Amino acid sequence: MNWEPLILTFQLASITTLILVLVSIPLAYWLSQTQSRLKPIFETLISMPLVLPPTVLGFYFLLAFSPNHSFGKWMDETLGIPLVFSFTGLVIASVIYSLPFMVHPIQSGLTHIPDSLRQASFLMGKSKWETLMKVLLPNIRPSILTGIVLSFAHTIGEFGVVLMIGGNIPGKTKVASIAIYDEVESLNYADAHLYSAILFILSFAILLSVYLTNGGYLKGFWK
Amino acid sequence: MMHIKIHKKLNAPQGQMYLDLDLQIQTGEFITFYGPSGAGKTSTLSIISGLMLADKGRIIFNNTLWLDTVNNISVIPQKRNIGYVFQDYALFPNMNVIQNLKYAQGKNQDNYLIDELLEVMALKGLEKSKPSTLSGGQQQRVALARALAQQPRLLLLDEPLSALDQKIRNQIQDYILAFHKKRKLTTIMVSHDIPEIIQLSDRIIEFNHGKIIRQGTPAELFFQEQNNHSFSLYGTILHIRKTSESTILDIHFQGQIIHLNITDSAMNSFHKGQRVELVLDASNISIKTIIPDS
Repeated sequence: MNWEPLILTFQLASITTLILVLVSIPLAYWLSQTQSRLKPIFETLISMPLVLPPTVLGFYFLLAFSPNHSFGKWMDETLGIPLVFSFTGLVIASVIYSLPFMVHPIQSGLTHIPDSLRQASFLMGKSKWETLMKVLLPNIRPSILTGIVLSFAHTIGEFGVVLMIGGNIPGKTKVASIAIYDEVESLNYADAHLYSAILFILSFAILLSVYLTNGGYLKGFWK
Repeated sequence: MMHIKIHKKLNAPQGQMYLDLDLQIQTGEFITFYGPSGAGKTSTLSIISGLMLADKGRIIFNNTLWLDTVNNISVIPQKRNIGYVFQDYALFPNMNVIQNLKYAQGKNQDNYLIDELLEVMALKGLEKSKPSTLSGGQQQRVALARALAQQPRLLLLDEPLSALDQKIRNQIQDYILAFHKKRKLTTIMVSHDIPEIIQLSDRIIEFNHGKIIRQGTPAELFFQEQNNHSFSLYGTILHIRKTSESTILDIHFQGQIIHLNITDSAMNSFHKGQRVELVLDASNISIKTIIPDS
């Protein structure tokens, strides 16, 4: 069996999750605080990947990333980063595709923290940044953990978007979900089974760890 | 000196209300905001601290302009150096007692002061406890200790002692007053507890519907009447009974139920669940001491 698709899958999921943490915390903070009338528009846009068929997203990514369009052309010619059928393209698409899975739990966590905690910290002379890092984020650890795990798991399970913009290039864009499809197509059920079983067990373990941690079942082990 | 002149439209539970204040406070003065719930006392504290914006107004504290809506000036809360005890205490759940206090202190760590505060607030032995493991009274004491640990210039206390029992309450009142005097703080407290207000305040500002209706020293507000033979009790009608001779209202007043005869014609003005004021005119009042249960 070839381990490459599995390794690639975990690389993609790890990088995507890391970027999502960095992007989603400021985004979720802004959404939890803003009085802007544009808020519903942003919330809708962030949630779109939940309802759209992945092929629709994939199709638009394909157009945008293509060297025939300005964004793809600029990335390719100016920065030297081709997006279509490349790992970088997959990362960008995965970040957008899994955005709601990271933003929603963090935004919900921040919204449910009493306003007085933030205000008390401000009155102690602490900046917004210090308040976020020392008061707000430490009090929504379960939400952040949920976001990290769901985004990671969702990226592992990605198929339609990858197929549209990544294709099936071994070592570059052939992730595990594509490899399974590929093996089934060539009637190689043994390898398809193996890939599938590994993804099944890993996803189960990841989700179980979230429910155990957030449900407080593991408290005895922390202290 | 502090000068507060503000105007703000508020959405109170009873509907819209206009907060309109013009108030001067001397440096070192201990002020109490007194009045019914929803009169605008907490909102005023929020505006003074910069957590809420006034629609119009000016606030000057010790020659520094904090708010001037005409020139679009509003100093951020971080720069006002205010110690604030919130009604819900606002303790940081991720930090234990000592971490809460040290976070408030910031750069000028004063371990001696923290030690003193822990001692006075009866928090020794709880330094490493998280707020969620403390009782309501303990949490309130941490909130107060934290506001003082910050060594503010202005102290805003929103019902800071409401969850405490009488013994520790007296002790902490004495300490707040001593701290306030020693550090020449300006303090504004919201309270409904008349003995507490009398013990602490230099001046009382009485609010109603967003306006100041009376102000003065405790003596001027509470002890002025020479012969006070008229009392008001506020209660709720529990039940209305009709007997052959008259109608009886069963009214609940502060833990007691009083049965009151009224005429049949007056009956139509009352209904079950209604809040009522009972005015008593007494010609002969005597006072007795109570022997406490030992």
